[in-house]
Parts: sequence; structure tokens; C-alpha cells
Amino acid sequence: MPLFKKRLIKLSKRSVPDGLWTKCPECKEMFYKKELDDGLKVCSKCGYHFLINSKERIELITDSATFEEHNADLYSGDPLQFKDSKTYPERQKASFLKTGLLDAVVTGVAQINGVKTALAVMDFGFMGGSMGAVVGEKITRMIEHATEKKLPLIIVSSSGGARMQESTLSLMQMAKTCAALERYQKQNHLFISILTHPTTGGTTASFAMLGDIIIAEPGAMIGFAGARVIKQTIAQDLPKDFQSAEFLLEHGFLDLIVSRLDLKKKLSLLLHLFEKK
Amino acid sequence: MTILEFEKPIVELEQKIEELKKVSLKGNVDVSEELETLKEKALQLKKEIYGALTPWQKVQIARHPDRPYTLDYIKMMMEDFTELHGDRYFADDQALIGGVARFMGEPVMVIGHQKGLDTKENLKRNFGCANPEGYRKALRLMKLAERFEMPLFCFIDTPGAYPGLGAEERGQAEAIAVNLREMMGIKTRIVVVVIGEGGSGGALGIGVGDQIFMLENSYYSVISPEGCSAILWKDPKKTQDAANALRLTAEDLKKNNLIDDIIAEPLGGGHKNMELMAITLRDNLAESLEQLGKLSIDKLLKERYNKFRKMGVFFEGGITPYGVEKPKEEPNSEDKKKVNNPLPVS
Ligand SMILES: [Zn+2]
Repeated sequence: MPLFKKRLIKLSKRSVPDGLWTKCPECKEMFYKKELDDGLKVCSKCGYHFLINSKERIELITDSATFEEHNADLYSGDPLQFKDSKTYPERQKASFLKTGLLDAVVTGVAQINGVKTALAVMDFGFMGGSMGAVVGEKITRMIEHATEKKLPLIIVSSSGGARMQESTLSLMQMAKTCAALERYQKQNHLFISILTHPTTGGTTASFAMLGDIIIAEPGAMIGFAGARVIKQTIAQDLPKDFQSAEFLLEHGFLDLIVSRLDLKKKLSLLLHLFEKK
Repeated sequence: MTILEFEKPIVELEQKIEELKKVSLKGNVDVSEELETLKEKALQLKKEIYGALTPWQKVQIARHPDRPYTLDYIKMMMEDFTELHGDRYFADDQALIGGVARFMGEPVMVIGHQKGLDTKENLKRNFGCANPEGYRKALRLMKLAERFEMPLFCFIDTPGAYPGLGAEERGQAEAIAVNLREMMGIKTRIVVVVIGEGGSGGALGIGVGDQIFMLENSYYSVISPEGCSAILWKDPKKTQDAANALRLTAEDLKKNNLIDDIIAEPLGGGHKNMELMAITLRDNLAESLEQLGKLSIDKLLKERYNKFRKMGVFFEGGITPYGVEKPKEEPNSEDKKKVNNPLPVS
């Protein structure tokens, strides 16, 4: 499998976009790729936040070259031999080729303006950021590591929820991650949960909503049930900003909405304020 | 009496038996031998059909409108039940009920999803789909049980947490997440039983405990077969395929080490003999409480943690199912190691 091995070596290389130009879906402004990347993929005209992958997110919030990845060798089998129009391994392979990742979360330890922090960053590019046993296990291990080493913890979510291809094995990852958080939070360490577009389903209904501080990116879609299902169930129109970060802030489920451009600064400020003597 | 499609041959045979009985009462014809043969045939047919139910057929039995619900079991197994209402913040959710009762002489707290017996009651009970206030009431009752060292029973029977506008506004996800975390630390014995439908996060929201059981014809799944077929098969009618793929039967969950045991149901389902069903469940619960009672609270909580900590299957290092080689992180270990029971770090 030389082709795969070669891709594996390039694991950290950012996937190259197709064209040179990107249109902002919000204000329709055209951007040169490089210009967009330099601006942290935030539209300079309207502030729209484009999706970024886990590597870009880690680069964005951590101090240069301090990120040390943990448990990078975990991958899922196909425990239920799940097959719809494609098999589960086929879907995993497609996601691997797209992202260079073995599953939908990257975990490790890094410095954020000098504060050593345990970090888990989900990647929407891998099967829609869905949570199966690998995501659950890596996040749980990171929480346990933070508990043991008395580190603050940041989890960045971007996920469609529990992964159907692992059915109840996925569902139970919700309980597993929350169990680890129960121990971690009892020890009075700070857990900051960052919700990015989109964060839904079983991910929202587990660790994502348990942050001591919960931050969302502007415009991010955050919810439990899908808007389409809700609309069908209640047979009425939903508010225009339904399940947006702004909607959640208004209803009391977020502490802050922070622009990507200010995220590192805000995280650093909070980590220092909550730093234990 | 609702008759499921696959039960029709049984019902037809039973109707024949009834007709024959009438004939024998009227005339002087002796049909006793024929009657015996037919009865024997009916029993065989039941064993054949109910003994080889497909996952989708089990889902239909789990949803059967005649099936016993939480309040039926409470009535049949417990005394002095007093329902306690409200989450103290917003409302009383009648899709997720709870209260104190006496079980085999001992005070217990019992919580469970409750479906309606008819359409009118189902509107009130939301077809067993709880809102955030249901989960918050459940947590309030769990903490009350903890303070008074009462064992806690949780009966799961929901198609899922309610997908509604109000549910989202009031934080459905937050309510479930908080329960998952807090149940892990509740200092009293918790026994969970899936009595009917185990619909995803809405089920798990009262599903963390020391022993987890499923009734033989119940199901537990990350998504309904309808939802799964709509998303993955792009066809809402592929429910049988989805039900097969989701591995949602009690047997599947036992095989995947996600539940402790399966509780047998009377032939054809709990509703065919509710009393027998209740006695079987009661005996299982009593035994479970006795076993768990032997553990110190400290040990109980540790084992509860380890139970969920072990859930999930993954590999560390080796070749992925799609042929990518990933070296193991630590040296000197096997190339490929299946990890089903990793031990907690701390
Ligand atoms: Zn724009």
C-alpha cells in the first residue's frame, strides 16, 4: 500500500482547495484563497466563519510548535459490519483520503500563551465529525490525562452527533465522556467547551454542553434534534435564528460568542484568570 | 388488541380453534382429537414465529400498544407508589415520570418513560418523548434517592427525546448531558431496564447505572430505524435493512458488552402475560439489588465508571480496515491490538 503510506507521512499537510477563488456564502464576496487563509478563514466583509479543519484550529489557538499529539494511532474497526449503500470501512477510507486523519478528533497537549492545556479538537471533515468509539476513547483519555496532570481542558466540537455505523457502541460514548468529566470537574479544573459549526445530536448532549465555560463561534449551528425533524414534528415554522449560537446565548446556554479572530486572546485571558496557584 | 402483520398466521389458527370449540359445543361430534392437534400446531407456530423474530419485528413488539409501560410495572411490582411531580424550574413532564414506592418491603425511587394508553393520553404523555424538564425532574428525584439511600430503578421506554422548539429553547442537550455526568456520581444503587423502546440520547438520559438490563423484545439504538433509513438509505421505507444494520436487539447489545443481561419475556411479548412479565422483572430487580448491596458505595461508583469506560471497540496501531498502516505509538508491543477493555488511566 505505498500510496497510503505516502499519504500517512503527509498526515499534517493541509488539504489543498480545488480552485483559487472562494465565494462567501453569506455576502457573496469573492476571495482569493490565500487572502482568506491569512484572515483565518473569516470573511473580511461580513464576518462569516468558514469551516476550518482540526489542524488549522490547533494552529489558531496554540503557541507555535507546542502541540504534542496523543493517541494518534487509534482507529476504528468495523465492529458491527455496518453496510448501507457503502460499507463503514469505505466511508472511513474516503474520510481518510480527504483529511489524512484516522478518525474525527485530534487530541494532545499544548501551550496557550504559556498555559499548558489538554486539547481535543474535532474534525468535521471525517465522517461529519461523528462520534464513534475512537472519538469517545480519545476524548475520554484526554480528560483522564488532564485530571491526572491537573491541566485545564479545552474541547472544540464540530460534529453531526453519534456515528450511526457504530450504533449503540457510539451512543455509549456519550456516557463514557461524561463519566470522565464528572471526575475531572469534581477536582475543580477548568473545562472550556468551544462549539463550532455545526455541533449537534449526541455530541451536544454530552461533553459539549458540560463546559464550565461554553464559547461558540458566531453563526454556528448548535442543537440537539435536527431542524428538519423538528419542523416535521411540530408542523410550524421555526424562528429565523433557530439553533444558532446567538439563539443559544439568548436562551442561556452559552457564556460567550467569540469571533475566531479573537479566540486565542480570549482563551488565554480566561486560562490565566482561572489558573490555580 | 393490535395484531402485527407477522402474527396473522397465529391469529388465524387460534380463530379456527375457537370455531371448532363452538362446533363441539353445539353438536354431538367429537372434535377433541382435532382440537388437540390444532392447539399443538398453534403452539408450534408461536414458537417458530416468536422464536425467530427479525430485528424489525422486535422493534414492532417493543412498540406494541398493549405492552406494559412503567406505571403498569410499578402497579404490579410495588406498593405505596407516590408519584412526585415537576422539575421545580418549568413544568411537570408527563412523558417521564417518577416517584417513591415500596419494593419487596424496601423504599425505592423509580423513574421511567411513560406512554399513553390511548391517543388522548398520548397527547398528554407526548408518546413517551420527554422534554428537558423531564430529565431535570428525573435528576431531582435521583438526588433525593441518594440522600435517603434509596435504590433507584430507571425504566427506559421512549422513541427518543422530544424534537420540539421548546425542547431546544430549554436545552434538551444540556439536560441530557447533565444527567449523564451526574448519574455517574449518584451514591446509591442504580438498576436500569429497557422495557420497550431505547431511543438514543432520550433513553440514555436516564440510562446510566450499575446494572443494565433489556427485556427480550426491547431495542436500544443510536437512531430509529426510520431515521437511519431516511439518512443513510435515502429511503424512509428501508426500515428492515436499517434495523438489521443497527444491531439494536437485546442479543446484539449483550454481544457487544453494552448490557449486563437479557430478561426473558413470555412467548410473543410481555403483553401476552403481563403478570408473568412483572414477576420475572421483579425477581431480576430483587436479585440485582441484592448483588449490588454487597458492594461499598466507593466500589459501586468505581465499577459504574469502569462499566461505561470499557464500552466501544477500537484498535491501537496496525492496519486499518481500509488498508492504511499506522505504527503503534509505544515500542515493544504487538503490531495490532484489539482493545475492548482498556483500563482507566487513573
Ligand atoms: Zn461574507
